[in-house]
Amino acid sequence: MLRRFALTREAALLAALVALCLLIATRFSGFIAPANLGRVFNDSALLIILTLGQMIVIVTRCIDLSVAANLALCGMVAALLNVAFPGLPVIMIITAVVLLGSLLGAFNGILVWKVGIPPIVVTLGTLTIYRGIIFLISDGAWVNSHEMSAPFKALPRAVFLGLPVLSWCAILCVAGFALMIARTPLGRSFFAVGGNPHAAVYTGINVGRTQFMAFTIAGALAGLTGYLWVSRYAVAYVDIAGGFELDVIAACVIGGISIAGGIGSVFGAVLGALFLGVIKNALPVVDISPFWQMAISGAAIIVAVILNSRSNRPKGRLILRTAGPKT
Amino acid sequence: MGVFTKLIGGAAMAAAMIASPAMAQDNVRIALVVKALGIGFFEAAAKGAEEAAAELGNVEIIYTGPTDTTAEGQIEVINSLIAQQVDAIAISSNDTDALVPALKKAMDRGITVISWDSGVAPEGRQLHLNPSSNPLIGNMIVKLAADHLPDGGDVAVLSATTTSTNQNIWIEEMTKVLPDYPGINVVGTVYGDDLADKSYREATGLMQTYPDLKAIIAPTSVGIVAAAQAVVDAGKVGQVNVTGLGLPSEMAGAIESGASQSFAIWNPIDLGYSATMLAYELSQNGAVAEPGAQIPMGRMGTLTLDDTNAGAMADPFVYDASNIEEFKSIF
Repeated sequence: MLRRFALTREAALLAALVALCLLIATRFSGFIAPANLGRVFNDSALLIILTLGQMIVIVTRCIDLSVAANLALCGMVAALLNVAFPGLPVIMIITAVVLLGSLLGAFNGILVWKVGIPPIVVTLGTLTIYRGIIFLISDGAWVNSHEMSAPFKALPRAVFLGLPVLSWCAILCVAGFALMIARTPLGRSFFAVGGNPHAAVYTGINVGRTQFMAFTIAGALAGLTGYLWVSRYAVAYVDIAGGFELDVIAACVIGGISIAGGIGSVFGAVLGALFLGVIKNALPVVDISPFWQMAISGAAIIVAVILNSRSNRPKGRLILRTAGPKT
Repeated sequence: MGVFTKLIGGAAMAAAMIASPAMAQDNVRIALVVKALGIGFFEAAAKGAEEAAAELGNVEIIYTGPTDTTAEGQIEVINSLIAQQVDAIAISSNDTDALVPALKKAMDRGITVISWDSGVAPEGRQLHLNPSSNPLIGNMIVKLAADHLPDGGDVAVLSATTTSTNQNIWIEEMTKVLPDYPGINVVGTVYGDDLADKSYREATGLMQTYPDLKAIIAPTSVGIVAAAQAVVDAGKVGQVNVTGLGLPSEMAGAIESGASQSFAIWNPIDLGYSATMLAYELSQNGAVAEPGAQIPMGRMGTLTLDDTNAGAMADPFVYDASNIEEFKSIF
């Protein structure tokens, strides 16, 4: 069991993550202090949640470019709800934005499933539409921290069993996803659809419906993240999380989720998000010129992808080799 | 559109003709034209203009503008003001070049034209009033930090992107005047790219890298808000003072929590006041707008014009706990 794990892509990534942390510690020793690692995990929580959603979308051979716009729209709606009804319990606001997020995700899903437009085109369109709607509902104005109610801002920061609620949200999502992927027919059908859509049809899986479900779940998570984002940074405006969809996709790729679909794991997605989270949090403290920071972030992604594709390669050759002698 | 504009213009002209005999002839009519009606910032500027009018005595302020921020809307407004034969137009423009022909027409009819806040090309106005200038802003951002650090200490700058022209100029100007603030030690400049999450992370990183950090100077509205939140979350309120340039409506929470002692930005009331004073001086007191000219603007001192007939009003206005309540609903 342990031996099998040691050979997996996830193990390689975990080793790389540990090595990265140690490398950073040589420049800034406080980085690997438990409290700081907890802070880094908390900071990466938003990315982890979105990466899980994106993972199942990518596994079904789709891609969702609208996650960040969905997040921003749901975040703005959460903030506006809070301003309009300061007495509304936070749990109601969360429920509302998770529902809204699912609807926005389902809209992507419907266009992919029933209209048959390629996912990259659909979500490129909805990305702009969702950002536009934020502008319409907010008039381009900001919702600022003094307008938000105290409970609205306090929830993600509240500490429960030593960790902030924000971290717990990510942990619960990871646990839920691990369970869904491993134990439910829906979770297995994501991989079946992505691995071989034609074969999936013969086993009685509706490919379009499965993709629709993936988009809807990703949307629901984006809705939840929308609230968490706005309350964590205590500000909502049109451009929040601008370009974040690229971070999410990068985290998936680093985590070994094949952009061609069918391959990926929850653990890999989490590690991918953590890898990016560690880099983002380390760069400000290791005293590297800001002009180099973007290049370093990019290089880390490329290296991770190369490592991933290398670990994929032997599998492909193996099939050819075993196929060889039989003929 | 053309016919419609003419009709409006004609109607306004007719109205002006009928109305003019009834109008008190001795009143100087100064039109304050804004980007769009209903914006808090400009409503506040109008308040300043009324203050100037009350001080001058014989001035009537016409506060006007289009309903949306378009150059076309402002051109219609200018045409109607020309027809009304106002004495002066002070405009915050929606387009540097598009308004020039209409404003030229106004100047040809003997109307004084100045721009303020958002300028018009030099040929379309007699002078332009900038809220502040780069050297004044550069000095103000470090002064804000120094005022709360009598014994000096480490401060860091959280900017927008590495290529943001405004921020780079302000930081450069700040560096020039640093010797005037002994004890203030700028330990580094980081870039939050005007993203809330990256700015938050950079601010957190600053507090970790420099445990003795006393102040974060953020001359960008996204950065200053994010840095204030990072200071609150790190439990360093009272130890690290976040300051720089921000809007009162966005910074009210940071002032309330104590993460920010004070910050600066233009004061729209002073801006409307100064614009009115300048328009009055040019139109009634024979002041001439030419490079190097010094034109008085009441309680705001004098405006010195540069080569393009533009001038800076004053230091950015400082907002703190004493006046944030008044301004947070304005802009």
